[in-house]
Amino acid sequence: MPLVNGGKIVDDSFAKLAVDTPLPAGGDILVPAERFLSEREALLARGGKVGVIWPNNRDISELAPHLEKLAAVALVFPTFRDGRAYSQARLLRERYNYRGELRATGQVLRDQFVFMLRAGFDSFEVKKQADAEAFMQTAKRYSVFYQPTGDGRVTALHRRMQLRHSEGVGT
Amino acid sequence: MYAYDEIDRTLVNERVSEFRDQVKRRLSGELTEDEFKMLRLQNGVYLQLHAYMFRVAIPYGTLASNQLRQLAHVARKYDRGYGHFTTRQNIQFNWIKLAELPDALADLAEVGIHAMQTSGNNMRNVTSDQWAGVAPGEIEDPRIWSELIRQHTTLHPEFSFLPRKFKIAITASDHDRAAIKIHDIGLRLIKNEKGETGFEVLVGGGLGRTPFIAKTIKHFVHGRDILSYIEAILRVYNQYGRRDNIYKARIKILVHELGIEKFSREVEDEWQHIRNSSLQIDDEVIEDIRSRFTYPAYEKLPHMPDELRQAAADPGFEAWRKNSVAPHKNQGYSIVTISLKPIGAPPGDATAEQMDALADLADKYSFGEIRVGHEQNLALPHVAKRDLPALWKALDKLGLATPNVNLITDIIACPGLDYCSLANARSIPIAQELTRRFSNHELANLIGRLHINISGCINACGHHHVGHIGILGVEKNGEEVYQITIGGRADENAALGNLIGPGVKFDEVADVVEDIVEAYLALRERPEELFMDTVKRLGVEPFKERVYATR
Repeated sequence: MPLVNGGKIVDDSFAKLAVDTPLPAGGDILVPAERFLSEREALLARGGKVGVIWPNNRDISELAPHLEKLAAVALVFPTFRDGRAYSQARLLRERYNYRGELRATGQVLRDQFVFMLRAGFDSFEVKKQADAEAFMQTAKRYSVFYQPTGDGRVTALHRRMQLRHSEGVGT
Repeated sequence: MYAYDEIDRTLVNERVSEFRDQVKRRLSGELTEDEFKMLRLQNGVYLQLHAYMFRVAIPYGTLASNQLRQLAHVARKYDRGYGHFTTRQNIQFNWIKLAELPDALADLAEVGIHAMQTSGNNMRNVTSDQWAGVAPGEIEDPRIWSELIRQHTTLHPEFSFLPRKFKIAITASDHDRAAIKIHDIGLRLIKNEKGETGFEVLVGGGLGRTPFIAKTIKHFVHGRDILSYIEAILRVYNQYGRRDNIYKARIKILVHELGIEKFSREVEDEWQHIRNSSLQIDDEVIEDIRSRFTYPAYEKLPHMPDELRQAAADPGFEAWRKNSVAPHKNQGYSIVTISLKPIGAPPGDATAEQMDALADLADKYSFGEIRVGHEQNLALPHVAKRDLPALWKALDKLGLATPNVNLITDIIACPGLDYCSLANARSIPIAQELTRRFSNHELANLIGRLHINISGCINACGHHHVGHIGILGVEKNGEEVYQITIGGRADENAALGNLIGPGVKFDEVADVVEDIVEAYLALRERPEELFMDTVKRLGVEPFKERVYATR
């Protein structure tokens, strides 16, 4: 499954571990939430980067105290219809100021890219090769955004205010 | 009217391009039907019994004449020459071809119309009072806020894959014409003691198989906080709403299972985190939106012009005027409701010719503006009283002057088994038969205000729970059976109807309704006691006795 990061298809440096996979000596690892919470000290004492796979039905605030130590958080879309991880992503970025890699996993398809980018994801395990290849093009589909999110894009309301002021309306 | 600016137009055009690409990928097989389904639903495209159905948004029920003409054009060019106005201020076309949809959308985009989020598990078209901005006694025009919320909910990155659909309605009048209590969020615009605009916020209303009347979650949310408060509700719902069972996924079930107190605490906690964020709206933003709503330059006109006095001699005109013409906040003007319920026809349908002609009449008599109400009728919101006789003649020629607004033949009905793949039973033929039974205007007038709502399945698109008389079609042993309720209503005193007894067969429904009406006429204390009030006073029992005594 291709990984898109920084807008490009890249190699995934992280190895995904199951709950009971033996811990590799080195390298970056992505571990399930419960393993991270129970083996945190041992995992973080290793050399490689540590990321966590956080399920979409577990309160993301539980992860907040550990974010500084994490290189990646992978959120899960069990199907593209299940949008819980969008809220988790925004909370991570906007409430808990998480700045590391925020990865979308599961059924990640082309037509979710814009929503995901706006919610704060910057890394995508894309289901289909063609969708991954179309990433940059798809990400540019929209130039107008109505809602403020943590992604910093200027909203329509804000742009209108700028226009009003530059035109001297209301002065 | 709200005029789109370049920003709004750009977004709609970008949405059309995106959908064109999605359709192309579906047609080439790149997208599976399962993957495409969600994408088309987000753009109002359903697969029905016979063809694709295309639902177009008419935000808060306001249309300009050029927009109505473009809807007529779509009906003519891409469909079979008519459209169906729905209970949520949308219009549906029933015979669209998938390959032509992007072109139809592009045509609509030219006049600032779109189909974004008219279906799917996202925030649907924001609805409001069809008399917004013209109703006497209104606190302020709720469409300013509707538009603000429309923008905020359009392509929302967090809430486009909710557990289930999500509907918001807004009213600013004491009399609720927007049915806010049967919406996921209902907003009642009010002023606080300082005279500042805000909202009583209701949550968890909805019909379907488990109907609930919305409960008040907060008595006053200041206007500047309304987006953050809505966002807080949605965030709680998106995370905790049930996703294991489609019939338990609406917010009403979450509110019911948690209880309104616990639910409101969750929302309050979330809201405190986000209320002082960029979601806070300053007055300037509101003013900017307000500035793009234009209002007619009304003339100073007499309350009772000569034209009206003279026309009063015509009983046909008088019957229509008394029924379909309502007071306007400006002297000398009226709000005219246009019944889309002619005797014997499907409720809410309009032909392309009617739409074109109505657009012309709107230009001539209503400053180019048309409104769509949830009762599946249209309205011309600014008609000078002196023009009423001429307007009536023109409407009558078009078959649009049936004087039955709010009467027993002004029926709300879903498309039912004639079109819909979810339906278990026919709705339209029931409505048609009922309009024939009560086609005598004197009789309908004698009965007075009485709303019949018909749904062809438990999903309740025809709002049967809140009909004064509600009719629900179900399937039992391969046969259509209809359950009848009485005592429902969708206004500020919203209530769910009560079942009068066992279901009846298709060809008995009209007889049963006649029995109920006869019972009412015999039971009412005086002619002014409306059906609703008689049911409230006496309960279901006497009606039940009457209906089942001989069955």
